Amino acid sequence: MSEQHKGLNLTLKVWRQKGPKEKGHFETYSLQNISPDSSFLEMMDVLNEQLVTEDKEPIAFDHDCREGICGMCSLYINGRAHGPDEDITTCQLHMRKFKDGETITVEPWRSAGFPVIKDLIVDRGAFDKIMAAGGFVSVNTGGIPDANAIPISKDKADEAMDAASCIGCGACVATCKNGSAMLFVSAKVSQLALLPQGKIEAARRAKAMVAKMDEVGFGNCTNTGACEVECPKGISIANIARLNREFLKAKIQD
Amino acid sequence: MTTFNSKIPEGVVAEKWDNYKNHQKLVNPANKRKLDIIVVGSGLAGGAAAASFGELGFNVKCFAYQDSPRRAHSIAAQGGINAAKNYTNDGDSIYRLFYDTVKGGDYRARESNVYRLAQVSNSIIDQCVAQGVPFARDYGGLLDNRSFGGAQVSRTFYAKGQTGQQLLLGAYSALSRQIGKGTVKMYNRTEMMDVVVIDGKCRGIVTRNMVTGEIDAHFGHAVVLATGGYGNVFFLSTNAMGSNGSAAWKAYKRGAYFANPCYVQIHPTCIPVHGEFQSKLTLMSESLRNDGRVWAPKRKEDAEAIRAGKLKPQDIPDEQRDFYLERRYPAFGNLVPRDVASRAAKERCDAGFGVESGEAVYLDFKYAIDRLGRNVVEARYGNLFQMYEKITDQNPYETPMMIYPAIHYTMGGLWVDYELQTTIPGLFAAGEANFSDHGANRLGASALMQGLADGYFVLPYTVQNYLADELHTPRMDEKSEPFEKAVAEVKNHINKLMSIKGSQSADTFHKKLGKVMWEHVGMARNKEGLQKAINELTQIKEEFWKDVKIPGSADDLNPELEKANRVADFIELGELMARDALAREESCGGHFRTEHRTEEGEALRHDDDFAYVGAWEYAGENQDPNMHKEDLKFEFCKLNQRNYK
Ligand SMILES: Cc1cc2nc3c(=O)[nH]c(=O)nc-3n(C[C@H](O)[C@H](O)[C@H](O)COP(=O)(O)OP(=O)(O)OC[C@H]3O[C@@H](n4cnc5c(N)ncnc54)[C@H](O)[C@@H]3O)c2cc1C
Ligand code: SF4
Ligand code: FES
Repeated sequence: MSEQHKGLNLTLKVWRQKGPKEKGHFETYSLQNISPDSSFLEMMDVLNEQLVTEDKEPIAFDHDCREGICGMCSLYINGRAHGPDEDITTCQLHMRKFKDGETITVEPWRSAGFPVIKDLIVDRGAFDKIMAAGGFVSVNTGGIPDANAIPISKDKADEAMDAASCIGCGACVATCKNGSAMLFVSAKVSQLALLPQGKIEAARRAKAMVAKMDEVGFGNCTNTGACEVECPKGISIANIARLNREFLKAKIQD
Repeated sequence: MTTFNSKIPEGVVAEKWDNYKNHQKLVNPANKRKLDIIVVGSGLAGGAAAASFGELGFNVKCFAYQDSPRRAHSIAAQGGINAAKNYTNDGDSIYRLFYDTVKGGDYRARESNVYRLAQVSNSIIDQCVAQGVPFARDYGGLLDNRSFGGAQVSRTFYAKGQTGQQLLLGAYSALSRQIGKGTVKMYNRTEMMDVVVIDGKCRGIVTRNMVTGEIDAHFGHAVVLATGGYGNVFFLSTNAMGSNGSAAWKAYKRGAYFANPCYVQIHPTCIPVHGEFQSKLTLMSESLRNDGRVWAPKRKEDAEAIRAGKLKPQDIPDEQRDFYLERRYPAFGNLVPRDVASRAAKERCDAGFGVESGEAVYLDFKYAIDRLGRNVVEARYGNLFQMYEKITDQNPYETPMMIYPAIHYTMGGLWVDYELQTTIPGLFAAGEANFSDHGANRLGASALMQGLADGYFVLPYTVQNYLADELHTPRMDEKSEPFEKAVAEVKNHINKLMSIKGSQSADTFHKKLGKVMWEHVGMARNKEGLQKAINELTQIKEEFWKDVKIPGSADDLNPELEKANRVADFIELGELMARDALAREESCGGHFRTEHRTEEGEALRHDDDFAYVGAWEYAGENQDPNMHKEDLKFEFCKLNQRNYK
């Protein structure tokens, strides 16, 4: 085994909070001999297994697919959403990014729009509400013309695909000092506005989704660009500009 | 009494679905509002069904264990979705998709269901495009297709390496629209704990609110289970951490038959296990086998030297590399179906030629890079290479990828008839949770197709046919005796789990279970091993119920309780899988019995005795279950031995 494969000894400072109304605090744990090849969440599993053995309650955190696509994992690690690596989610972060003896701070997403449920788990239900307000094309199942009836240029389709890659994790909100959800909303608005199928209701959609976003407690966008930096899927703030255009159109039409 | 009739409509196979629809019963718009449908699951099958029911005007409740319907594990599918559009003009047709699926399933699927699947496949693509799914396109602006294992035509539609994500987000959009309109009420972070059967009909479910621990009853005139597959029986699989078999298992214990539990698909190209704390396995898309060459060292001493870190794969010259798939299957080479590729990798590793931990072989892109250039390879697989590098810290442009087979998909599931109804009237099953369309082996890109077919284009018809007779059933009070009783039973079950207060975590048991399953009920099975598995699982079950340790409280968000509840069911389901594998004395698709192979070591079916669906009926706690056989008739596809040589 090479030097870099030696197990890591770590100190973890983890946010513990019994419930939405309780006061939270940091709790410190130490962990020995963590393989640098294991993932961050596997390290959390080891810690939890240790807590179960010690008759303590394990740390609650959200996760499911563990391959960077479901958007469920959501940790704020050493002051960064999804931790110290680029273009990944928390579940794709590996322990080789940390040094032996390091202290790692783990917190939940912190934002007015995402209240803490327990420990590191937050409620992102507000995203679903925004989607229900307009994040769709108004078609029913069935009676649809052939898929190739409307050609779409490859560039447009690819651009729509890039915007559609958003996994709804909320890192953009957690990173934004205003707690704005503009990157998330703009990704959906852009994807659909770029495609002829979605273009028809683009302005109406933008207006409805932005109104809902304001209503459910997210802050205003002041173009700091921080969201783009921490987005694990590289969603570009160019989408926010497109959202603003659609939004303006809706205002003019009013 | 349960009924066991597949209800296949009359007529030639191409006309059955139209015949069905032409004669089925309908519910008029005003009455739809009076009927409640419960959909458990928000993946492709459940999400599509719930949205479609809502659009039709039914009153829908949809449940999921994640915090949003958008996170169902369908999201993780990479490769693509099949349809018989024949846009490429390469000879595809509904019949050919039907035939490939039956053949790929090793002749263990019901022809009528598979034909319908192929028939509705084209509407799925239309529907998704209308929803704004950004499928890949060519420069002319039309939809692009790629080819997938087990087919000679290009019929797979895709959206980068994120097809499942885009299809699910399409269904989620449609569902969100209905949630906004109030036709669907969504219950996130809510786990189904049981189904409620009253006077022989399914009338609802019992759930646990995973945030507050509350146990509630929900009434429905019909219930759809679309809860995904049970691959996590093996602990390590490509499924999500929360993927479970519990909903289907609870239905089984209430009288729904469980069909072909032993049919499990093992995917040949996953990233190998790295250590004992490994929590899940990551799939590397099947498409990689189009350009990567699979090999293991020819000489044992080379394999040993690599394992000891003394040699690198690059040090092994071509003459000393064994391209075993090309060697054994010259016609299909690296593109043999999944089951064949998986077994061949295991064979090499068992014989001592594996690398890394001994359970890995190489998937090498050196040859593709030499032939096509790095840029082309990067354009095709760049995102997968990046994913591989993030996980393993190795650069696949420079050193071959390491792969090993992993549990991926379960063809078995709740038995359903042509209408996707289980043996409990009013209880339907869709998507990976049912057994219906893939026989003993599923072809790549066909699960997404099936999930959406069930949800958008089958259930909206068949559930309606059932509900037409339920118009006069008034909504039942969820506080009435039968519901209260079901709630009390769930509470008892949870109390029982919480009061064990043993010394081992749920994961500890899950890992033990997984080990037994992988060893004896995995890629190669035999009588002795299966019997051993059944014994060992009986012991694990006993030990579990004496010694599982669940910290915290049941009236709170408690992931350890959730896990323990699922593991308890997995242990029992694992035992049924072993029983089913023992009873099936042949090899077919993903089910390989070492006693039943040809002289060259290939799978050997016994059509005379085993061309049936094995549907298991629960007989009570610690009783041997009964197996019922649905004989499979092949009227439109000729039974043939698969040959990829
Ligand atoms: C990594 C990976 C890659 C794949 N790639 C492809 C591919 O390229 N092409 C292809 O065709 N297929 C692919 N598959 C297979 C395919 O993705 C799945 O079979 C399919 O998406 C399953 O859809 P589903 O709707 O049946 O279930 P899922 O999407 O798994 O949804 C299950 C739903 O049920 C809910 N649920 C489960 N249990 C409960 C419970 N007890 N109570 C309440 N709710 C519950 C969950 O919350 C979820 O909403 C892949 C699978 C994996 C794992
Ligand atoms: S825009 Fe990026 S950071 Fe924000 S929710 Fe989507 S994927 Fe997450
Ligand atoms: S757990 Fe799914 S994205 Fe991290």
